[in-house]
Amino acid sequence: MRYVIIGFGVAGIAAIEAIRSVHPSSVRGGDGGGVEIVLVGDDPHGFYSRPGLAYFLTGELHDKALYPRTSNDFKRLNFGTLRGRVTRIIRDQRLVEIDGKPPLSYDRLLLAVGAQAMPMKVTGADLDGVFKLDHLEDAKRILSHVRRGKTVVVVGGGITALELVEAFTARGMKVHYLLRGDRYWSNVLDEHESEIVEHRLQEEKVQLHYHSEIAEVTGHHGRVNGIRLQDGKTLKCDMVAYAIGIRPRVDLAKQAGLAVDRGILVNEFMQTDDPNIFAAGDVAQAYDPATGTSILDSLWAPARQQGYAAGLNMSGRQTAYVKSAAFNVTRLAGLTTTIIGMVGRGRDDDLVGIARGDSETWRKLPGAIVAQAGFDVNRLRLLVGERTLLGAIVMGDQKLSFPLEKIISGNMDITPIREKLLLPNAKVADIVADFWTKYQTAAVNN
Amino acid sequence: MTFLNLFKRDADKHTVLSTGHVVPDSARCVQCGICSYNCPIGIDVRAHAWRGEAVVHSQCLTCGECVARCPRGVLRFEQTDLFAKGES
Repeated sequence: MRYVIIGFGVAGIAAIEAIRSVHPSSVRGGDGGGVEIVLVGDDPHGFYSRPGLAYFLTGELHDKALYPRTSNDFKRLNFGTLRGRVTRIIRDQRLVEIDGKPPLSYDRLLLAVGAQAMPMKVTGADLDGVFKLDHLEDAKRILSHVRRGKTVVVVGGGITALELVEAFTARGMKVHYLLRGDRYWSNVLDEHESEIVEHRLQEEKVQLHYHSEIAEVTGHHGRVNGIRLQDGKTLKCDMVAYAIGIRPRVDLAKQAGLAVDRGILVNEFMQTDDPNIFAAGDVAQAYDPATGTSILDSLWAPARQQGYAAGLNMSGRQTAYVKSAAFNVTRLAGLTTTIIGMVGRGRDDDLVGIARGDSETWRKLPGAIVAQAGFDVNRLRLLVGERTLLGAIVMGDQKLSFPLEKIISGNMDITPIREKLLLPNAKVADIVADFWTKYQTAAVNN
Repeated sequence: MTFLNLFKRDADKHTVLSTGHVVPDSARCVQCGICSYNCPIGIDVRAHAWRGEAVVHSQCLTCGECVARCPRGVLRFEQTDLFAKGES
């Protein structure tokens, strides 16, 4: 039995762990269950923490520290690695074609190929000095161009664009940040939260340009020397970096005739419409039985959970992937921010589709009332449903983010505090803390 | 016992330090490695976070470097030794 896994990301690694939990390798005292695992990928750096690239760029982390696994860890999991780009899946023969290598047969196949940055389609986007941030190679390329005192223009929205802004600021560059609309990340954050982030950026001397859309990157001898905006205004710069959204890498699946929407469509067992082929992570659009919809996530934790579920199902242990409340913790302009469940809606002009570190769930907010507290760096916003909390954003002080995640993902009945939460000037944080303490005490006493 | 109680305050502080551990909330972790990178002893805190296990390590100084540096609030101190509770 051969399991082939395409993609070096966290979903692929989690799948291998799951397969080996069912068929322990000989290294761990098992006989491997007659199961051979082959991991195929084209990232020259193998498995590393993609979200960690943000901290590599700011200089908080050495690139060698980005690798969560040692070769010994991998040895224990007992799998083969093939470096190469998969060019085709031949389903009727159960083969994958790999560039420059003989075809590889599979009994079960996992597509965990992730997503890639949307290209910026303006004149001059191919000039030397224009950057995206997809993988470690991109990050290294960016750092090789970074110079203290030089000027960079950042285009885009969501977490990645802001990480770029913060990296360049940390490296002593002069940063222009272009926003198409009138505020940052408008489909997830509310006006006040956007304002907090923007204010902090301005304190770091980042120049924000609202209602500004890039029309052209200009250059001299093939190198960036500035940009022109759609309103005709120009800015001089040495670099341009963009993060305008990502696109799941669905080409292989499409070519193979698998069901594809925006991502590869899978059921709750991470299985595509071919029973031998599974998909997980950023490339998968997973069916959620609770809502009857198929959702794209671009988050580390769901990718890991989906990969693990896929590995179990591939090994014959039927296990549904149960989507918990979409949850991410990130730093926005240096402010730790947790986003849980449903928090916003509508569209964001700075992003095409989903961004990295993003979940579609966050924009699926039905009619909900907002309770909020704190109007400085410590801010709390709750989306209050009929009987449950639907979502929350916790900025700054993170004490409540753990209980809130449990309250939201557990669909806990908040009837006892709902009215109090919605009173004008309610002490939202105290009410939640009190509710959580009582819940815990009750849990201990039962 | 009375004699021992004289030292109770010190003993409490000592108990927290000796039985307190760094505990990860795995759902928040993206395995970036800042924790392991900054550990003065070289403990692989990240590996504990992957497995969702408290950092129970004889050499851990409970210095808090990993807790403070984690950009995603994954790590916290917790007194994990349940048997220490209620001791007098």
